[in-house]
Formats: sequence, C-alpha cells, structure tokens
Amino acid sequence: MVAIRVSQLTKQFNGLVAVDNISFDIQEGEIFGLLGPNGAGKTTILSMLATILESTAGEAVVNGISIAANPDAVRKSIGIVFQDQSLDEELTAFENMDFHGRLYRIPKAVRRERISTLLELVGLADRKDDFVKTFSGGMRRRLEIARGLLHEPKVLFLDEPTLGLDPQTRNHLWEYIERLNKEKRITIILTTHYMDEADKLCGRVAIIDKGKIIAMDTPQNLKNQIGGDVVTITSTKIAALADAISGSWIKTKEQHDGFLTIHLENAETHIATIVTAAEKQNIPIAAISIHKPTLESVFLHFTGRTIREEDASNKDHMRMRARLWRGK
Amino acid sequence: MDIIATIWLRSMKRYIRSKSRIIGSLGMPVFFLVLLGFGLNAVVNIPGTEANYVGFLVPGIVAMSVLFTSVFSGIQIIWDKQFGFLKETLVAPVSRLEIMLGQTLGGATTAFIQGLLILVFSLIIGLTIVSAGGFLIAFGFMILIGIAFTSFGIAIASRMEDMHGFQLIMNFIIFPVFGLSGALFPIDTLPVWLRSLTLADPLTYGVEGIRYGLTGTSQLDPLLSFGVLTAFTVAMIGAGAHLFRKVQI
Repeated sequence: MVAIRVSQLTKQFNGLVAVDNISFDIQEGEIFGLLGPNGAGKTTILSMLATILESTAGEAVVNGISIAANPDAVRKSIGIVFQDQSLDEELTAFENMDFHGRLYRIPKAVRRERISTLLELVGLADRKDDFVKTFSGGMRRRLEIARGLLHEPKVLFLDEPTLGLDPQTRNHLWEYIERLNKEKRITIILTTHYMDEADKLCGRVAIIDKGKIIAMDTPQNLKNQIGGDVVTITSTKIAALADAISGSWIKTKEQHDGFLTIHLENAETHIATIVTAAEKQNIPIAAISIHKPTLESVFLHFTGRTIREEDASNKDHMRMRARLWRGK
Repeated sequence: MDIIATIWLRSMKRYIRSKSRIIGSLGMPVFFLVLLGFGLNAVVNIPGTEANYVGFLVPGIVAMSVLFTSVFSGIQIIWDKQFGFLKETLVAPVSRLEIMLGQTLGGATTAFIQGLLILVFSLIIGLTIVSAGGFLIAFGFMILIGIAFTSFGIAIASRMEDMHGFQLIMNFIIFPVFGLSGALFPIDTLPVWLRSLTLADPLTYGVEGIRYGLTGTSQLDPLLSFGVLTAFTVAMIGAGAHLFRKVQI
C-alpha cells in the first residue's frame, strides 16, 4: 500500500524555485528520509504534504487523500512535529496533550487513556503534571512526538527531529522513532541534514539538493553505488603485500608510502583472506582498517560538495541556540 | 463551540498561573485611582453630579484596566507565533474563526476579571453601590470593551512579526484612546474641538456606560453608549477574524 504518492510537485516563492518537479512514493510502514543541506527544500516539501503550504504545481496524495482537494482531511490523518518547538511552556505535559486532543475532537475517555499510554511510551509518564518550561530539549521533543500521535495518524511527519539535541538524547529519540514504526506500524517521513541520522534510522533516503531529488534508495544501496569499501593496510613491505593479495573481489589496489589501499565490496568478509595471504609470505602487518562509504560521501559524489555542520545557516544556528537556551 | 471553549480554557489557565502579571497590571490603575482620585478630590468639582472626584474617576479607571488587559491579551498571539504554539493550533483541523473567537473570549474574560478587581478595590476605599442592577449594566459594558479591544489586539498581532511594535501601539493608540475617553474628566465642559475627539473615541462610550451603571448618571445617553460600543465591538471582531485568517505560518 502506498502511504504517500508525490507527483511532479513544485513550489515557487516569487519566481524562486524551492521545490523543483519532484516525484516519489512512500510505502506504508516505511521510515523515509529527506536528506539534504539547509535550504535544499526539505521543509518546503514536508509543509506542502502537511497542507500548511500550497503547492505551485503538481499533485500529492497522502493516505489516499489529495492535498489540494481536501487539506482538512489530510491534516486529520497525519501527525506533525515541527522543526521549531510548538509547545505551550506555561502548561503541563498533560495539558499540552489534552489541548491537542480537544482540538482533534477526541472524546474525553479515549483522550485520557491515549494520553497516559503515549506518555508512557515516550517515558514521560512520571512528569505528566510538570510544566513544560521545566523540561529539557529531549523531553520536549519526545512530548511533541507523543502529542503528534494522539489522534492516531497513519503517517507521522518529523521535521529535523533531533536538531540541537545532544548525541545521547538523539540516540534515545531514534530508538523511540524506530519503536513507533515497528510497534504501531506508523509510516514516518522525516527531514534531516544529519548523515548518521538518515543512515541509522531510514529504510529509504531521498537526497535533496536545490529542490531536486538527486538520488533515492536504501542507505546501503546508495553507498554501494559509489564504489564500495576501502581496506587500508599498513606494512613495511608494501610491494610484496600487493603481489601477495589477489582475487576477483578486488576492484583496485593502490600502493602508497607505507600503506596499501584496496577497493572492494563487503570488506569485512575478505579481511581473513588478506591476513592469511600476508602471513603465508611472512609479510608483517602493522595495522588494518576498513572504511565504509557514508552518506556524506554519497552526497559528495552526486553534488561535488559536502553537507557539513558549517553549512548550517545563521538562522539555523540561532534556532539551535534558542532551543538550547530554552531547553536547559 | 467545544473548540472555542478549549482555547478559552487555555487562556484562563495561563492567566490564573501568571500571578505576577495579575498584580503587575493592577499597579497602574490603582496608582491612577489613588493619586489622582485623592490628590484632586478636594479641588475638583464635577458640575451636574453629586459624586466627588474619586467616585467620578472609578468608572474611568475600571475601563482603563479592562482596556489595557484586553489589548495586551490580544497582542499575546505574537508570543504564540514566536514560541511556535500558534502552529500547533493552526494545523489542527479546526476553523480559524473558532480559534480567533476562543482567543477573544479568553482575553475578554481576563480583562473583565482585572476590571472587577479594580471595582472591588474601589469598594474597599469607599465607593458606594448605587444599585445591584447598575452593577450588572457596568459589567455588560466592561465585557463589551474587553471583547472589542481583545479583537483589536488580535487584529494588530496578526500583522506584526514580533513584539518590537508593541511600544508604538501602546504610545500612539492605547494611551490616546484612554486619554481621550473621558475617563479622567467630564466631556461636557470640554472645548468643542476636544469634545469631538472624545466623541470619536469608542472607549468614551464604554466609560460613560460603566459610569451610568455605577453612579446612576452619565453625560451620554446609556442607550447611545450601548449602541455605539456594540457596533464598534462587532466591527473589531470582524477585523480581527479577517486579519487572523490571513496569518501565515
């Protein structure tokens, strides 16, 4: 079953093309990532699918409902966690949830029950009556995710879910998101500019640059596309070592000063062969390491540029700082 | 209706919890009432009424309290915009009109309570009650002022990006509206040019209405006051709803 079908979706702001004729399908139960640098158009895509922003051209169907024809029905069927915090800090966790439940017209008894189940799920059950202003950044994020799930959406939209969070909190959040996806069978579409996040969390990733999809596949396939793994062996006898190692699995061998690099697929399955071959010839190995390609190198491969933290725009930095400042 | 109630309930919770704001916004009206009231009581005689100056001033200060609180409540939407909470409300499958009306009633209720606190304070310092029915009339006018100016605040907030313009609004709209309203002086004895300005000020009709309720006499016909203020309130709700519908997130 297709959860989201996007066909030739385009958005222009005063003649500037933010999203350029993109098409993709998301299957039910997937965790789908929109990966790209800031300003690539990820949030714009998400906003159009969530019917917060009108598209300039093209169509999209969310849960079988057209975003153009019936935005209200689309909104009812999705949950959203925005990039910026959208909680009322003067209310308690429970009250924030309850407010949301009332807006979505969930009957009181059902509302109560779901709120306690969801707060349990995100580990905030014991903080239910505490004011949100006393919460840390990670707790706020978890509360927002729980709130987004209150009206039982089939699709959850997460816009930069871990922006500005510390590594440990990010790991926890990833676990929650994975659990939601598995246990509740919720389709998740998220935007991120963190490579590791897309790699670890997403079943499939669309790499977005300048409003276009430049590559779309599973993280593994994307990485395989750009030429597999690299094994680096440090030794005193490079030339002899290069001769000793041979096989059809080797793509290229390169001799450097003091070390040898071998390009190959599935490096870990060939380490034993390499070591055995070297031992047979009595060639000492000082060190051996495997480099797996990352989504970072995939992005580099397709665009000739890297996505780095330094690319984060000023606005983003301010946002992060504001979040940290509020969160602590 | 339940959506309006939900948004109203949130305003109430926030209001009751912000004790410092409740006390803080009582400061200025109490200050005006005590200083002007007792300072000028001995030297000011209001022609045509038996009330002393303090008695004359109380309705004006009640209106002032309602005015300031309601405009501020309306403008608070900017905070919701800046802190992101407005997004949560606007993406929910509810109409903008319901949200706007909920905010308006919330703001008006807060403003009414603030006015009521001033009224209680003036009872303590010696205001005498003319009649219970008069009190109800005053309440009616307070609620109208509250709804009108909360809507006005929402209309302004819908067009503002941040709180930077707030001082501008206070200095060039709210203070003149208060100053020209006849809250502090009788309008009958004013020079003609100033009198026409006060008659163009919607708050004048609110102050006069409350004054009629509390003291039993007023310089404007209470039915006229009620008519003008109601028309202004309806217009402000219309303007607020219209501008709020256009808010982008």
